[in-house]
Amino acid sequence: MARVIRGRAWVLGDNISTDHIISGKYKFAKINRLEDMLPYVFEEVIPEFYKKVQPGDVIVAGRGFGYGSSREHAPRLLKLAGVGAVLAKSFHRIFYRNSINIGLPVVIVHRIPEVTEQGDEIEVDLEAGVVRNVTKGVEERFQPPPQQLLEILEAGGIVEYIKKMNQLPW
Amino acid sequence: MTEKLFEDKLGRVPERGEIVVVPIDLVYAHDGTFTLAFDVMKETPLLSRVFDPKRVALFIDHAAPAPTVAAALVHRAMRRFAREYGVRLFDVGTGISHQVVADEGLVKPGMFVVGADSHTVTGGAFAAFATGVGSTDAAIAMATGKLWMRVPEQVRLKLSGEAPGYIMGKDIVLTIIGMVRSDGMIYKAVEFQGEGLKTISMDSRMTISNMAVEMGAKVGLFPSDDVTREWYRVNHGTEVPVLEPDAGAEYDEELELELPRLEPVVAAPPNVDNVKPVRELEGLEVDQVFIGSCTNGRYEDYVAAARILKGRRVRDGVRCIAVPASRRVYERLLRNGIVDILVEAGCFVAFGTCGPCIGAHLGLLGEGEVAVSTTNRNFTGRMGHKESKVYLASPATAAAAAVTGRITDPREILPADARLMVVDPSYSFKP
Repeated sequence: MARVIRGRAWVLGDNISTDHIISGKYKFAKINRLEDMLPYVFEEVIPEFYKKVQPGDVIVAGRGFGYGSSREHAPRLLKLAGVGAVLAKSFHRIFYRNSINIGLPVVIVHRIPEVTEQGDEIEVDLEAGVVRNVTKGVEERFQPPPQQLLEILEAGGIVEYIKKMNQLPW
Repeated sequence: MTEKLFEDKLGRVPERGEIVVVPIDLVYAHDGTFTLAFDVMKETPLLSRVFDPKRVALFIDHAAPAPTVAAALVHRAMRRFAREYGVRLFDVGTGISHQVVADEGLVKPGMFVVGADSHTVTGGAFAAFATGVGSTDAAIAMATGKLWMRVPEQVRLKLSGEAPGYIMGKDIVLTIIGMVRSDGMIYKAVEFQGEGLKTISMDSRMTISNMAVEMGAKVGLFPSDDVTREWYRVNHGTEVPVLEPDAGAEYDEELELELPRLEPVVAAPPNVDNVKPVRELEGLEVDQVFIGSCTNGRYEDYVAAARILKGRRVRDGVRCIAVPASRRVYERLLRNGIVDILVEAGCFVAFGTCGPCIGAHLGLLGEGEVAVSTTNRNFTGRMGHKESKVYLASPATAAAAAVTGRITDPREILPADARLMVVDPSYSFKP
């Protein structure tokens, strides 16, 4: 993962659940292989998202992103589809934790979701703690993640981090 | 109380917001989340082990028995894993994990429990710090017996007075979610307290803790009180300690719910916090009723349904699907003649699976169909077609809809003296 993520915005509202990201009815039909679930990502929100999304694109959402099920398939599939980061006003805790564990940057911001429109160019600098909507010329600062979390994200997730360090974090 | 649970594990009182590493007493996963956890363990030599087989459990409950070859392959891998590592596997028909950990006495007051399922919070009913995690965290906990946690802010939710007899745990928790909204308790520990607790059964407490995650909470904690201790005596023949908050415990937020003011409610689609009194939606036509899941698949839930279905029929054109949450629950219902009541009323009665709740199998919804369901989520397309609708309700409200074919206030059918929460764990329903 690059420390600066650049891509187009996919704008979503409040309460986007992990069911919206990957619905149970598709997940359980393909439960033995994550890759087989890819065509169903956001099936009922943004049909064919997996074809439309480009590497580095950023999801910009409202409150309570990642609501519901603990299914880690949700952040894993977003990452697999090419999503570079998720920005939202707030995240549900299991999704937030899962995202860091699997190396998908998640950032809490408040102003950016208010001003961003579909397709705007977004830049996220994790280390500096800045999100820019380049199209609108709006910048918002956030508390950058602590060094160890940055290292986990940079390694591509906690499993890659453990392998790289060749020791458990505790 | 949250503070006391952490103190007991760490030997000191941690600060709110502090990141701590806690030993885990029980960790579990199921057929919906196992594969990713297993992948993590396989590809990471440091994690290719189980810290203590007695503290790790696997459940085949989400799509059970296997409705697809894909599910069958996952189940097969789980059985192999269980044999290889010597961990307990609860196979097809045993029931839904959160119910089975209670049935088997695997969860106890004071424990730290993590499960690769968001409804692991159900264990909060037993004064356990029980919370949901993803597959990677579950794999790390299975391998190391430890996990980092952020010590949550603590909220006291005082339940005052006594609930009317027609109120169930589901009405209580839906009312709370309507109050605080679906993101109102993100990352917080919600502690249920107050004199109202003594009238709230363990089955209803499990429903309330179960849905704590629908308000964003990390845990929904009940104390271990007389109700809890009697439940362990009757069900497991064991004594468990009293675990209650100290009189001067400090909270970050305090809320109160007056139980006598409650009335039956539903959560209308597409969000769990879209809570309305049943009477406001009366008359809406229903295609399917589902009574079951980790939220409402317990003994008390089917006693409530039986009070409404006994001597009546499920209305023509309505499917009523009843899936007791575990074999243990099923056996008790058989002994009390409740399965007969359900079957004679025209219900489809199946063995413990999460199936319909998550749209996996056993009753998906078609385009434009409406369900009244005792489950926990009503998101767009959750139980089937994206143009179907799910109304979440108590088992009494669901059974009333099955009989009339419309959303119906259960008070119109229930006897005036009905008490739906069954506090006495030795209670036996007489048909």
